[in-house]
Amino acid sequence: MRMELIQPFINSADAVLAQGLQSPLSVENLSMEEEAYRRHGVAAEICLTGDIEGRIIFDLEPEVAVKVASCMAGEELPQTEDLVRETVCELANQVIGNAVTTLNDQGFHFRVHPPHLHTSEHGTKSSEDTEALVMCFKTASGTVFMNVALRYHHSGVAQHAVAG
Amino acid sequence: MEQFAPVKRSEDGQPVRYLIVDDSVFARKNLARMVESFGGQVAGEAGDGVTAISEYDRVTPDIVLMDITMPQMEGIEAAEKIVREHPDARIVMVSSVGYQENIVAALQRGARHFVQKPVKPEVRYEVIKYVMKDDGAAARTAGAGA
Repeated sequence: MRMELIQPFINSADAVLAQGLQSPLSVENLSMEEEAYRRHGVAAEICLTGDIEGRIIFDLEPEVAVKVASCMAGEELPQTEDLVRETVCELANQVIGNAVTTLNDQGFHFRVHPPHLHTSEHGTKSSEDTEALVMCFKTASGTVFMNVALRYHHSGVAQHAVAG
Repeated sequence: MEQFAPVKRSEDGQPVRYLIVDDSVFARKNLARMVESFGGQVAGEAGDGVTAISEYDRVTPDIVLMDITMPQMEGIEAAEKIVREHPDARIVMVSSVGYQENIVAALQRGARHFVQKPVKPEVRYEVIKYVMKDDGAAARTAGAGA
């Protein structure tokens, strides 16, 4: 997986989380995942289809989700399962939406599907085609994981190469 | 939460009535809180484009805050259908997917404005004030010329 695909997601997560938590964060433990995805907290998955295909999983500890939700709401919110799930999905939506905006402006065209909760403990094992990059963001409120498994759709790559 | 001077309807000074459309319950709740902080009223909510159209007909809001990526029918298509039936509808797209094609498509199909999430409350406030002052003449002229 090429860095040009990954960088927009790192930048977007950095910006959205920093604004959501109203505090800085750092990126740690950038690694390729060879084994199947293992969920850490509450996770949302968003799929992309088009010139670039694959999925992104956004995985938060519940405490981080509540902190983000409270910052977004402008008031302290109680930790409930619904709040945590909704916050994780909305954060995934914002992070991936912003990254997709950058990639689209670079000439890639694709469709973003609505987020859904990733409830299983493990995901499908990544293949050579869909190797996954795992990013770990350290925030003042806890850890956020982002697992990106994307690949170029062959006809889309050809068009992009011609355009670019 | 930050305090804002209430945005009122120019014709009668009544609070602005909003239709909030987003498939995320969390996003709708946040938008509802924001609407109240702007002195507005939530007239209705919808979680997809199809429901947005029927809710618009039912509550005839002053302004619609419309997400794009939603199940059943996406926000741009819903905006187009609403504006076709109600040319004066004020629709503001609120989406995290803010690439140029999306913005242009939304504006060409009748949306009055586009804001990309995450967006700060003061930015939303200014957009809503601007759209409430806009009588739609400019948008219709641009649409007719497209």
